[in-house]
Amino acid sequence: MSVDAEATASATADSGGGTAATAPAPVTMTKALNAALRDSLAADENVLVYGEDVGRLGGVFRVTEGLRKEFGPERVWDSPLAESGIVGTAIGMAMGGMRPVIEMQFDAYAYPAFEQIVSHVAKMRNRTKGRVSLPITIRIPYAGDIGGVEHHSDSSEAYWTSTPGLTVLTPSNPADAYSLLRESIASDDPVIFMEPKSRYWMKETLSLPVTTAPMNRAEVVRKGSDVTLLAYGPTVRTAVEAAEAGAEHGLSVEVIDLRTLSPFDDETVSASVRKTSRAAIIHEAAQFGGYGAEVAARVTERNFTHLSAPILRITGFDVPYPSPKLEEYYLPTVERVLDAFETWDWEL
Amino acid sequence: MTIDVPPSTGRALPQLQPISFIGPDSSPTDAPTEGLSIPSDRTLLGLYRQMVHVRRFEAQVTHLTRQGRLATYPSAAGQEACEVGATTALAPNDWLFPTYRDSASLLTRGVPVAEILAAFRGDWHCGFDPHEYHTSPAATPLATQTLHATGFAMAAKLKGTDAATLTFLGDGASSEGDTHEAFNFASVWQTPTVFVLQNNQYAISTPLREQSNATMLADRAAGYGMPGIRVDGNDVAAVFAAVATALERGRNGEGPTLIECLTYRMESHTNSDDPTKYRDAEEVEHWKQFDPITRLETYLRSTGVLDDAGFDEITASAEELAASVRDAMNDEAVIDPSELFAHVYASPRASLGEQQKILEAELAAAGRA
Repeated sequence: MSVDAEATASATADSGGGTAATAPAPVTMTKALNAALRDSLAADENVLVYGEDVGRLGGVFRVTEGLRKEFGPERVWDSPLAESGIVGTAIGMAMGGMRPVIEMQFDAYAYPAFEQIVSHVAKMRNRTKGRVSLPITIRIPYAGDIGGVEHHSDSSEAYWTSTPGLTVLTPSNPADAYSLLRESIASDDPVIFMEPKSRYWMKETLSLPVTTAPMNRAEVVRKGSDVTLLAYGPTVRTAVEAAEAGAEHGLSVEVIDLRTLSPFDDETVSASVRKTSRAAIIHEAAQFGGYGAEVAARVTERNFTHLSAPILRITGFDVPYPSPKLEEYYLPTVERVLDAFETWDWEL
Repeated sequence: MTIDVPPSTGRALPQLQPISFIGPDSSPTDAPTEGLSIPSDRTLLGLYRQMVHVRRFEAQVTHLTRQGRLATYPSAAGQEACEVGATTALAPNDWLFPTYRDSASLLTRGVPVAEILAAFRGDWHCGFDPHEYHTSPAATPLATQTLHATGFAMAAKLKGTDAATLTFLGDGASSEGDTHEAFNFASVWQTPTVFVLQNNQYAISTPLREQSNATMLADRAAGYGMPGIRVDGNDVAAVFAAVATALERGRNGEGPTLIECLTYRMESHTNSDDPTKYRDAEEVEHWKQFDPITRLETYLRSTGVLDDAGFDEITASAEELAASVRDAMNDEAVIDPSELFAHVYASPRASLGEQQKILEAELAAAGRA
């Protein structure tokens, strides 16, 4: 069973976007994101879309294609090439009653905006005792496996998840991409919306608009009884493939798509871990100080007496993201997952 | 091969000599005024009155800080003409985007004393409601607020309101990348934003000559296709007129303006640095002759707008303000520790609720619940 089919099965069409539901058809993640932006722009006149090349070109990944033409250059436009400027002006626009959706062209291109995100976007509500909300969605295409040149393949999620005040989402499939982006834009909290580049062209048969599980909830995408394998964004597919390979060896792997990295869905994850007694987390980012470290510690603290083995982190290596010819050695694979499972003492 | 060069849209550099109406000797100057008009006597008297108040406020707060009553305080003493002149030019619907050194502008904007001092007393990072005073929380990360002012002005432009924005920055902040991004975004988008650059000669201890090799900071506007002007920042008449005109330009759809105000920080950066390590007493003494308040006082007396009775009334009123500052400090705010968790997210988080319970248990165990 593929993750695509699972996602389709759990997704239901709704009328929340105010647009008529389309007939079921294959939809890529980029198309789903594009539809979410279109429906959000149509639903609320305060929604704005701007960033580098998001207007005429429709974004380097075509996520914003056609939106400038449909909604005009006062709703969707190309900004100057300066990420701190894009985020900093979005803060002012949100204070002025707008609901900006801004794009960082690539993961590493968000770093010039780090100060605006960490010092202001994350803190404005708190420093003003809730008097100023910043309903900003910051879209960040992230992670590798696309043969990208240097600085185009970073997994930057831990920078954002370690910052109180930010909500961090990452869809792994087109249905979630649509539904979670709609929810992010409607949220009064600022959202870092991380889009897995290598899954942009993944197709799923969908009717749009679609509503999946709400944000802040993880989802079991494949049931199992021996191991809980936690994944998000680009690694959900790897996790499902590893579960399929494990099944051939008699290993029943439950795969959970975290979907929201911050906050963490303790309830769903703990329920699974208490059932399986073993857990691992897979991500592309380097291991040391990475998101998996937090998850391993957190899940252990809450479920120690239910665990038969230490929680494993199956990740990229602790090296800078490599050039395209070395990507295959860096990225966590099905084999790395199964090898990790073999390090456990299965007699316990 | 030839490249078509668009015709020049006019990119004259600002004049070196700052715009000024009332000189250091309190006489009308023959300095350029760039088409600006001196404010009315009534406006000048109001500006004088407010400058006297903010100077007394700065002195009182600095004194309390030296007593250890406030964690720290960056005074704008000496820069009253910039703070008061620029802020007074704002219309009620305009928004102000201040920095940590602009408490005087908050006071001028009507923010209550206790709410201004909340940050420096350590009560809360921002003590006032930004929507009530149309004033953003004072930014500490340098120059970041210049982009917020630009974005807010863009929102106002898109919504078709008549709000303009004003942001303060310093000579040190003019080296930050965000300043340049804000100048560029504001000019490209033609937002109604006024950048008031208070060139007070020092970034903590670093003098202007080690900050920038530009002939003057106002020149930078030309590179962004934005008007830049240089003003005597100790002549409140010039600051008010320049800012009021720039705000009006913005409202008329003519885009942003950079106004460099030449001034001098009479106090140390905060109470925690020793200015004798980086500047001579003679230099501070030299700048006293340009003082913005005595200059205007003499001028207003010479024109008959201010007399002894008026002077006494204003002085007494400023003393009342100082007393209210002392009262505010004596009124210790009680801060509920649960507020730590209350404002982080619009939607409550279960894990924060768990951490709040830990704190409550700690407080209960210590008998502080």
